[in-house]
Amino acid sequence: MKKLKSNFLNMVLVLSVITVIAAYALATVHTRTENKISRSLITKQLNDINAVLPPHDVVDIVPVIIKEGDESVKIYRAYDSSGNIVGAAVESTSNNGYKSRINIMVGFDRNGKIINYNVLNQDETLGLGSLMQNWFRSGKQSIIGKDASKSNLSVSKDGGEIDAITAATISSRAFLFAVRNAYFAFTSHMEKTVKVQQAKADSSKNLIESISKINKYQSKAH
Amino acid sequence: MKDSAYNIIVKGLITQNPVLVLTLGMCPTLATTTSAINGMSMGLATLFVLFGSNVVVSLLKNIIPDKIRIPAYVVVIATFVSIVEMLIHADFPQLYESLGIFIPLIVVNCIVLGRAEAFASKNSVFRSALDGLAMGLGFTLALTLLGSIRELLGTGKIFGHTIYSEHYGALLFVLAPGAFITLGFLISFLNKLAKSSKV
Repeated sequence: MKKLKSNFLNMVLVLSVITVIAAYALATVHTRTENKISRSLITKQLNDINAVLPPHDVVDIVPVIIKEGDESVKIYRAYDSSGNIVGAAVESTSNNGYKSRINIMVGFDRNGKIINYNVLNQDETLGLGSLMQNWFRSGKQSIIGKDASKSNLSVSKDGGEIDAITAATISSRAFLFAVRNAYFAFTSHMEKTVKVQQAKADSSKNLIESISKINKYQSKAH
Repeated sequence: MKDSAYNIIVKGLITQNPVLVLTLGMCPTLATTTSAINGMSMGLATLFVLFGSNVVVSLLKNIIPDKIRIPAYVVVIATFVSIVEMLIHADFPQLYESLGIFIPLIVVNCIVLGRAEAFASKNSVFRSALDGLAMGLGFTLALTLLGSIRELLGTGKIFGHTIYSEHYGALLFVLAPGAFITLGFLISFLNKLAKSSKV
């Protein structure tokens, strides 16, 4: 077959046909992967929440969101079977990191004791600031089990009682700032009885589907 | 004279290895090879795109008018990249997180457009498919090698298996300078080999 000439009609036709076919292919793959992608995102979110909470039966699936400037805090409260609050998982951020935003999830029991934490997102220097996921877990500098209402959760250089990561004071400050912020948000919203949707702690199939419906609804509402 | 099938494979894998000889596609090469598994997955994603775009471009080579060949190739490549991105996100969410921005950036990887323009637009479908596979494998091999060396020297592991304690790892190799140093040594090593095999 001879090569098509580069006249106007040929060029418009060929590019249009190629883009239409490409669009069709993309749409097909998108519809096939859409559900799986939203499911994996939700499963990850639920795992993140459950990993830091004390034993519980039910947890908020729509968080209470507190926004202040660039920082926003999400609170997922957890309840026992009779509906009493047993604690909360708080997702909180700090923009004061060494490189970019630090995103953490901290779990408190109802008295404000830190149960566990997880660093969801950070881009601190490898081998220094990036150690935060494990640094504040063990030994003298551990924040786990500390009562956030009685402890001074800042680095020892600033008069606090937590030892900063060696050679990464800025990252440590940012991390502890996010922890303190999470605690403030937690205390301010512990008593309010806002009616929100709840879900059983186990991530069953039905739950994931109902959350993805809610998420779709929310994204439409925006 | 046209290369034989055997020659196409040897060229892609070794004598014209995209990373170590042609030094194309340096951005993902340097940025994603912090570990062996990351390097290998980036290589495999590129392999898939390279294979697909080579086949489609060589199929369409007579239909696409010369003046719009670059935009047409870019549309084909971008389609394959978006498909790879969605598939990885759906089936390997953890991998998707660690590769991040570098999956969509395969679109602008010079190797992919380079092979479409320099090879697939002038050769048959079979030879283009072979070239895509060979070049993609060469890229994957180079990235896996680079990733393994950096991971071993930096953290004492290969593919996550501990070889020696992480405590003694030279962090430099996981960071950006380690990528340049390792790549430089690999290229000079290959040059040395090429020279001694000629003499």
